[in-house]
Amino acid sequence: MIEFHLDGRSGVAPYLQLIHQVRHALRLGLLHEGDQLPKVKDVAAGLAINPNTVLKAYRELEYEGLAAARPGIGTFVTGTLDGGSLAAHGPLRRELQRWLAKARRAGLDDESIEALFASTFRSASEEDIA
Amino acid sequence: MTAAIETEALGKRYRTKWALAGCTLFIPAGHVVGLVGPNGAGKTTLLNLATGELAPTTGTIEVLGNRPAAGPAQLARVGYLAQDAPLYAGLPVADHLRLGAHLNPGWDADLAHRRVERLDLDPKQKAGTLSGGQRAQLALTLAVAKRPELLVLDEPVASLDPLARREFLQDLMESVAEQEVSVVLSSHLISDLERACDYVIVLVDSRVRVAGPVDDLLAAHHLLSGPRRDPASLPAGMEVVSASHTDVQTTLLVRTSGPVLDPAWTVSEVGLEDLMLAYMKQPATRRHHLEVLK
Repeated sequence: MIEFHLDGRSGVAPYLQLIHQVRHALRLGLLHEGDQLPKVKDVAAGLAINPNTVLKAYRELEYEGLAAARPGIGTFVTGTLDGGSLAAHGPLRRELQRWLAKARRAGLDDESIEALFASTFRSASEEDIA
Repeated sequence: MTAAIETEALGKRYRTKWALAGCTLFIPAGHVVGLVGPNGAGKTTLLNLATGELAPTTGTIEVLGNRPAAGPAQLARVGYLAQDAPLYAGLPVADHLRLGAHLNPGWDADLAHRRVERLDLDPKQKAGTLSGGQRAQLALTLAVAKRPELLVLDEPVASLDPLARREFLQDLMESVAEQEVSVVLSSHLISDLERACDYVIVLVDSRVRVAGPVDDLLAAHHLLSGPRRDPASLPAGMEVVSASHTDVQTTLLVRTSGPVLDPAWTVSEVGLEDLMLAYMKQPATRRHHLEVLK
């Protein structure tokens, strides 16, 4: 079972934060098909958030085919997001770590690394579209 | 859809001063509604009108489809927690529950006892010696155990420390999840409301400045910044909530139903707190209308 948290300063609507956290957990393999999501009542009580917010997030996940509600029991994960790529995470992460070490040796600070990654990521995505 | 509260041109005047004027609202049932506004904006007046503590000077108000406090049946449907969690200081906790059972036909004694146990309240302790947080929790217990369809809370957490505040809201949200009760609560603490409420009403100068579901409001508002320009040159359908200018730059908070297409603007999303504050600061454009009413 995962546990939700909320970032009050992020400006991202709470229901979207919940959705992101479920999707994130699916991508990282923390949640699997058949796992139960936290009960609406427990999330509401735990985070002091509106139960409708939780319901809205769960409905959205159902719509995306990632979860399904079983009336009277709870909401369960029905889909995956890793696309079978979870096995590739390890090697990719190691490659990225090597790249990060190289960037630091070249004198880049955290902010420069993030900026370089984001701009390369963006231009690569744009090339894909074009 | 049934309305928790529906008002039409609702107004309340004390002698010569309008505490609330021209208030037209439709609040659907099933929401947790946050009522926000500066002191003296008319929040308590609106809540007192909804619970029937006050009678309107002008217009109409219906609560759950009926006149507020129209009779015992209507009174049983609405739970009211007034400011400062009014309790009988000399009465022990257990007597408050007994009183609640005696006064409310739909009293859920099980629920009340479960809650008191969970809150770790000593039934023999006098209410006057409880901490602020415990008093608020006991008052909420009394309001919830009558099993209302609508819960009206006037500044329920204003006097509580951050921990007690969070616990109170956790407790309230759990009740909402369990009992599917509609809630209207007023508060100054927008960060709390951001979590707890899915519908907000901003009241300024005795008028409703903006009202609607939180997600809809957030989706419809954008912060635009770009080279200095006249807000009047914006496309139709874009309503400026607030504007600030430097000699080279203009920053606008706008409400729009469509996307912002002009590439000259850098568009960013706006949080609920900034949104509410912008509406609270917005100058009252209909002030002269108020003068006419007087």
